[in-house]
Amino acid sequence: MTSEDFKSASMVQMLSVEGDFSIPEQFAEYGAYIEKLTNEDFLKFYRDMATMRRFDGEATALQRQGQLGLWAPAVGQEAAQIGSGYGVGPNDHIFPSYREHGVAITHGIDLMSIIKIMRGVNHGGWNPDETRFHLYAIVLGTQTLHATGYAMGLNFDGKVGTGNKAEDLAVITYFGDGATAEGDVSEALLFAAINQTPQVFFCQNNQWAISSNVSRQTRVPLYLRGTGFGVPGVQVDGNDVLACYAVTAKHMDDARAGLGPTMIEAMTYRIGAHTTSDDPTKYRDNSEVESWKARDPLLRFEKFLRSRGVGQDFFDECDAIGDKISAEIREATFALASPPVENIFQHVYSQPHPTIVEQYAWLKDYEASYGEGEK
Amino acid sequence: MNTFVEMSISKAINAGLAKAMRENDKVLVFGEDVAELGGVFRVTEGLLAEFGPKRIFNSPIAESGIIGTAIGLAMRGYSSVTEIQFDGFIFPAFNQITTQLAKIQNRSEGFLKMPVVIRVPYGGGIGAIEHHSESPEAYFAHTSGLRIITPSNPNDAYWMIQQAVASTDPVMFFEPKRRYWQKGPVNLETPPIDMHAARVLREGTNATVVCYGPMVTTALQAAEVAAEEGISLEVIDLRSISPIDFGAIVESVKKTGRLVVAQEASNFVSVGSEIAAKVHELAFYHLEAPVLRVGSFDVPYPPAKLEEQFLPDADRILDAVDRVLAY
Repeated sequence: MTSEDFKSASMVQMLSVEGDFSIPEQFAEYGAYIEKLTNEDFLKFYRDMATMRRFDGEATALQRQGQLGLWAPAVGQEAAQIGSGYGVGPNDHIFPSYREHGVAITHGIDLMSIIKIMRGVNHGGWNPDETRFHLYAIVLGTQTLHATGYAMGLNFDGKVGTGNKAEDLAVITYFGDGATAEGDVSEALLFAAINQTPQVFFCQNNQWAISSNVSRQTRVPLYLRGTGFGVPGVQVDGNDVLACYAVTAKHMDDARAGLGPTMIEAMTYRIGAHTTSDDPTKYRDNSEVESWKARDPLLRFEKFLRSRGVGQDFFDECDAIGDKISAEIREATFALASPPVENIFQHVYSQPHPTIVEQYAWLKDYEASYGEGEK
Repeated sequence: MNTFVEMSISKAINAGLAKAMRENDKVLVFGEDVAELGGVFRVTEGLLAEFGPKRIFNSPIAESGIIGTAIGLAMRGYSSVTEIQFDGFIFPAFNQITTQLAKIQNRSEGFLKMPVVIRVPYGGGIGAIEHHSESPEAYFAHTSGLRIITPSNPNDAYWMIQQAVASTDPVMFFEPKRRYWQKGPVNLETPPIDMHAARVLREGTNATVVCYGPMVTTALQAAEVAAEEGISLEVIDLRSISPIDFGAIVESVKKTGRLVVAQEASNFVSVGSEIAAKVHELAFYHLEAPVLRVGSFDVPYPPAKLEEQFLPDADRILDAVDRVLAY
């Protein structure tokens, strides 16, 4: 089986690879979401996709120069992340995996927070209550259960289906094709179905789980994965930012309205390596990568914008923003101080724990005992 | 004036849970078969009638899902009391407990709190089939970020479950299942000591026996027999496995000079191992003999017809006492 075997005839697409825009009749309910977008929304989508790519490139370079321990590039997944990110409401909660740098951009996360994780300064440390963007989850699939639990809480709080759109809330969780093999994802789909949680399961199928093709993770298209549990699914062209936005926005609206969970599979591609430690030339053909580069989400959306009369000035402006962000990230990374050693003893528990207290005291005494020049 | 009510350990946990649920409507109870049935040990019996299905509900039979959703609910401001039906069924949740629940406060640098209680009926001696009689506490004690306590009597059961629910850290609450029906007085007015403090249950001078959970009754029986033979044993109920109240143990060892640790768990890399190591560090010059551990064998939990020989009993504790006294 190949990736193409998992493509659904009913995959939602609004922008062709050539950038031609149309809303087929069967996708009219999604098309309604595009009709509400303004020109400024379109420009924002492009600007953020371009920013995401530049940020990614800069972070990869920083890793290559020894400034970061690791980087997980998301090149090629910009439409899936920026489109879906803007489909999430301003009060909804987001439970990401570890490659959702673009979703972070759409919800105003300080990108240095992500850099700090990859540099080894901390394990996250932002406030998920405030940002609504929860901490990166590195153990695959674990976050999907947290999302479901949070969404169960929304049900208990009566924040679902009240008819007051400003008050109702929903949850989205991100994961990849590889994570779908984890038991936690199946349990999360089950708990979501049973509790009819206000929730979207957003699977970015980037075709590769490190070196394993999606055909080694599933025998049926992933958008169907939830159906046996009672979670309906929809497949969307993950390199079409408009389709990703519309499908996410609609199913988040449905979730908030009390219509239960949905699984969205965004068909996309990981152009880069799994992480900077990976070597994709060992397991996939360059011709495959090239065929997906031809479906580049930024190029496609650029064609669309140009066809609507957006001029070169705008794209130059995006380049300038990218230059600025890259320089800022670089400068801020070099300026990052190493964390003080006492950090390792902090926040292990919310109340003092004698083992930790004792070991911290020991370390302080030990360090104080260093002779001149020994440290 | 204090009111004392006689009740079993299972009833005391039930009463403590009900009180915690009455005092805080964010407290939820869920797990397998906890609602209508009241759990396979009936510990949650009657809670559905009082609190309704939004406060206590059955989960699918998916332990990782139970803990994973409890984590999400904690992020939404709920305090979940989850039940793992039997000790041997906890392992599908091991990942969520050790990589997520235990670490999220640290990962978030304190922005998130994890008030999740995991109730685990544990230990053997009930004639059960495989996977229903285990003592997995050491796996969890090894993981930083978890608090682990285990009551041995109804009064502690009543109060410690409430202290566990009130904690803003994750607490694993190990319930000595073969003692569920053991009765004792519960003081409904005055909370006892901190849930992490050990307690001297019987004072003695010749040797100290440290024990926890189901072995407390066994150790007290051993102390009775020893007394008839003129040996005075001090018995300490540990009550907490993480953290361990080493201060109380060392204080006792300074008096008796001899220490035996009794546990149902097998000895290798166990709570007893940690106590032995630590007491040698903290009280070396007070020890008249090496610290001995009395646990079960390092083999899979045997079929029920053999568990009597597998589990430590009062005689094996007395044998260890004889050995430490022989130095």
